Amino acid sequence: MSESSTHPPLLLVRGVSKSFPGVRALDNVELTLRRGEVHALMGENGAGKSTLIKVLTGVYPHDGGTIEFDGRAISPASPRDAERAGISTVYQEVNLVPTLSVAENLCVGRFPTRGGLIRWGAARRRAETALERVGLKLRVGRQLDEYSLAIQQMVAIARALDAEAKLLILDEPTSSLDESEVDRLLELMDSLRSGGLAILFVTHFMGQVYRISDRITVLRNGAFVAESMAKDLPRFDLIGQMVGKDPEALRAREAEVRALHQKKAGGGTLARVNGLGKQGSVAPVGFEIGEGQTVGLGGLLGSGRTETARLIFGIDKADAGSLEIDGKAHRPGSPREAMALGIAMTPDDRKVNGIIPNLSVRDNIVLALQSKRGIWRRISPKAQRDLAAKYIASLNIKTSNAETPVGTLSGGNQQKVLLARWLAVNPRLFILDEPTRGIDVGAKGEIEHLVADLAEQGMSLVFISSELEEVARVSQRVVVLCDREQVGELEGEAISEHAILEMIARAGEKEEEGETGWKPVPLGDEERNERDGDG
Amino acid sequence: MAESSPMRFIPPALRPLTWPLVALGLLLLFNVIFTPGYLHIGMVEGRVSGYLVDIFRDGAAVMLLAVGMTLVIATGGVDLSVGAIMAISAVLAASMVTPEWNEANLGAWTNTLMADHIGVWIAIILLVSLIASVLAGAWNGMLVSVFKIQPIIATLVLMVAGRGIAQLICSGRIFTYDVPGLEYIGKGTLFGLPFSLFIVAGVVLATYALTRATALGLMIESVGDNDVASRCSGVPVRNIRFLVYMVSGLCAGLAGLIESTNVSSANANQLGLYFELDAIFAVVVGGTALTGGRFFLGGSIIGALLLQTLTNTMYAQEVSPEIALIPKALVILAVCLLQSPAFRRRVLGVFGAGKPSKSRAKAGGAA
Ligand SMILES: Nc1ncnc2c1ncn2[C@@H]1O[C@H](COP(=O)(O)OP(=O)(O)OP(=O)(O)O)[C@@H](O)[C@H]1O
Ligand SMILES: [Mg+2]
Repeated sequence: MSESSTHPPLLLVRGVSKSFPGVRALDNVELTLRRGEVHALMGENGAGKSTLIKVLTGVYPHDGGTIEFDGRAISPASPRDAERAGISTVYQEVNLVPTLSVAENLCVGRFPTRGGLIRWGAARRRAETALERVGLKLRVGRQLDEYSLAIQQMVAIARALDAEAKLLILDEPTSSLDESEVDRLLELMDSLRSGGLAILFVTHFMGQVYRISDRITVLRNGAFVAESMAKDLPRFDLIGQMVGKDPEALRAREAEVRALHQKKAGGGTLARVNGLGKQGSVAPVGFEIGEGQTVGLGGLLGSGRTETARLIFGIDKADAGSLEIDGKAHRPGSPREAMALGIAMTPDDRKVNGIIPNLSVRDNIVLALQSKRGIWRRISPKAQRDLAAKYIASLNIKTSNAETPVGTLSGGNQQKVLLARWLAVNPRLFILDEPTRGIDVGAKGEIEHLVADLAEQGMSLVFISSELEEVARVSQRVVVLCDREQVGELEGEAISEHAILEMIARAGEKEEEGETGWKPVPLGDEERNERDGDG
Repeated sequence: MAESSPMRFIPPALRPLTWPLVALGLLLLFNVIFTPGYLHIGMVEGRVSGYLVDIFRDGAAVMLLAVGMTLVIATGGVDLSVGAIMAISAVLAASMVTPEWNEANLGAWTNTLMADHIGVWIAIILLVSLIASVLAGAWNGMLVSVFKIQPIIATLVLMVAGRGIAQLICSGRIFTYDVPGLEYIGKGTLFGLPFSLFIVAGVVLATYALTRATALGLMIESVGDNDVASRCSGVPVRNIRFLVYMVSGLCAGLAGLIESTNVSSANANQLGLYFELDAIFAVVVGGTALTGGRFFLGGSIIGALLLQTLTNTMYAQEVSPEIALIPKALVILAVCLLQSPAFRRRVLGVFGAGKPSKSRAKAGGAA
């Protein structure tokens, strides 16, 4: 606090409140940011972090309190307003236009012009420079959605850095990045900090918080809890502040999860993936899934994990191999067909493939079960309400009630709604693609616990996560992928984060010297988003 | 903001209908003041008559179109071809009661059948017209759901070509007829009320049951809100798209029959001209967003009635047809502005947005 007298803070938020119908999202929040610091904003899902950011950047008006930026009171009316004042933001869900080119996305709203006409050459060069800063080499003329979500996220960051900013806000920027990309981003943040930029950083990854941040502010249920220096706040105390409970209980829980996953024994075989593959998406992969077994798909981003899952669930149709269930070979051509085989899947990109934003939490939860029963056998309103109430309680979904549009829930709670949707159909094989993305520490433990419980009840799971440590923790078998190819398999005792990484590294060595890190990863098939039939 | 809004006094189920109902009420009030005997309902030759009944009778076709259009718009589509489908269905019916046409196209036996069993023949005519309309809808559905053509373009094809088809059927002639059995659809009275009203009521109730007593409504809304995610949740996206265009075709076919039997003739060029625009307006005024998602059948019906009241008001005030379009446009604009939460917030201030508009909710979805 003493240095604040010598350096006046850059951003002073005092007593800011914000209510939505039925929710008090922010209640008298305070936040102080100084120049040249990385400040972590922490809190559980639904604590109000994103809402605070949206209030700061003029997406929402606030109901009360003051925001002082760079010595004067501001109340931005729009994100552009905030940008002009010197606040540059990357929102939680990538907020770019997927059908515009990379260059257009980077320059929208600030195209270099001459006499009212856009200078495309200059725009292109500017886009390339902006990308270079985040270590990305892309063909800027290509449409943004040809690149993976991770790359889109980096483009969003590049866009934010391109503006002349005094304050950079990053709302869960690393949720879809893998380790090397995270490293690059944190390095970048470090160098920006030395340049005097203030950075507000939201994440659920404890490791990243302690690696990069100077100070930590914690919110709980929309209210300010504490501000501390990162070095003075042990990890478990931080968690305690976030959840408002005794951290010891969490520690015990974590140990319990570990034990649960270890004691699991394998049953018979449920399914066999026999060289399932698709041209331009992923080379044929093969593995076995036992009853009550959790199979992890390990690999870096763009390694073909999601692609493999999409083939099993029929979102994309494989052009080679088959999926053998109960001794019969199948090649699902749509999620409906896969559902008929007892398969379920929560997708990694919940905004596009997951939530139906304007429908209620209840509608979103019953949707898959209803599709399975068919249009004509409607689930009675009472049964729908009961189902919603059951999962809101058991998954601890934070929502004002079951009729709230799911799009207004916080990111982590949307994820839980998707889990509920598929748990309701009680599948035999449940594919979880990044189920813990954007989920707070407490809930992450709950989900890992859930995975163990489901497996115990005999459900088979395919588990995908960018956090290899998590994959190693929950899986009894790990299929390792690299560059859209299966490069190995680990089982039982042999599974560890280290072993997975080693396998990936060895596969990488075999390939001829290529550029490490970034390269464009096309989504595989253009028709992916167009194919919405159920044939 | 919303807590202080007067909206909180209205039950949630009725909230989307608030503004169209307010507009309808104001318009009726205007009429009550300026049109003598506006609320009077009398009995003339065993039928109920009066300005209010006229609104329902004259608005029957647009109400029917609005029902089908609501479902189509809820899936994120639009059906521009309903006016043309009306013409096809009407021209088919009118042709099939014209002896020369029957003789030239179907053979003399049809005229014998018509003479001996007019009831049977009328049933056949209705069946043929409606099946043709459903097929036209299926054509739209195929273009949209199988070939993934943008709905506005896909249905534009039939909007243009449909009138050509109607012309082809009747060889460009305008058939007029005198077949009381057929004319009953548009002109008949049942329990003193226009028969067409019973058709409308039947279609509305059936559609309501079809969408809300089954899971169809949920799935339509889910497809309109996020079709990719719907597919990933096992919703039969393609079949649902197909179905809504067929329903829209069927509604248009019925509307065409009502509209033409009311005047006992069918003009392939004029019948149902621009009706698609009225139907779209009725749906949007009724609270269903053009971008798809949540839909409100009741709202669409109110929208259609609002439009008809407006038209009839112009007649009652003896506004000449050329000028009548201007006040009509102004009222439409006013209703749309009232519906916009952004406008209410800015101009009316106290009337907070009852619920966030679609785009706003989407922005919130980025949380
Ligand atoms: N547009 C909105 N309408 C209604 N409620 C909203 C809206 N936006 C957010 N909320 C509510 O405000 C609360 C805070 O949400 P917010 O998105 O700020 O949480 P968060 O801390 O960012 O959580 P997460 O870690 O899951 O991203 C939640 O209860 C959410 O449901
Ligand atoms: Mg958030």
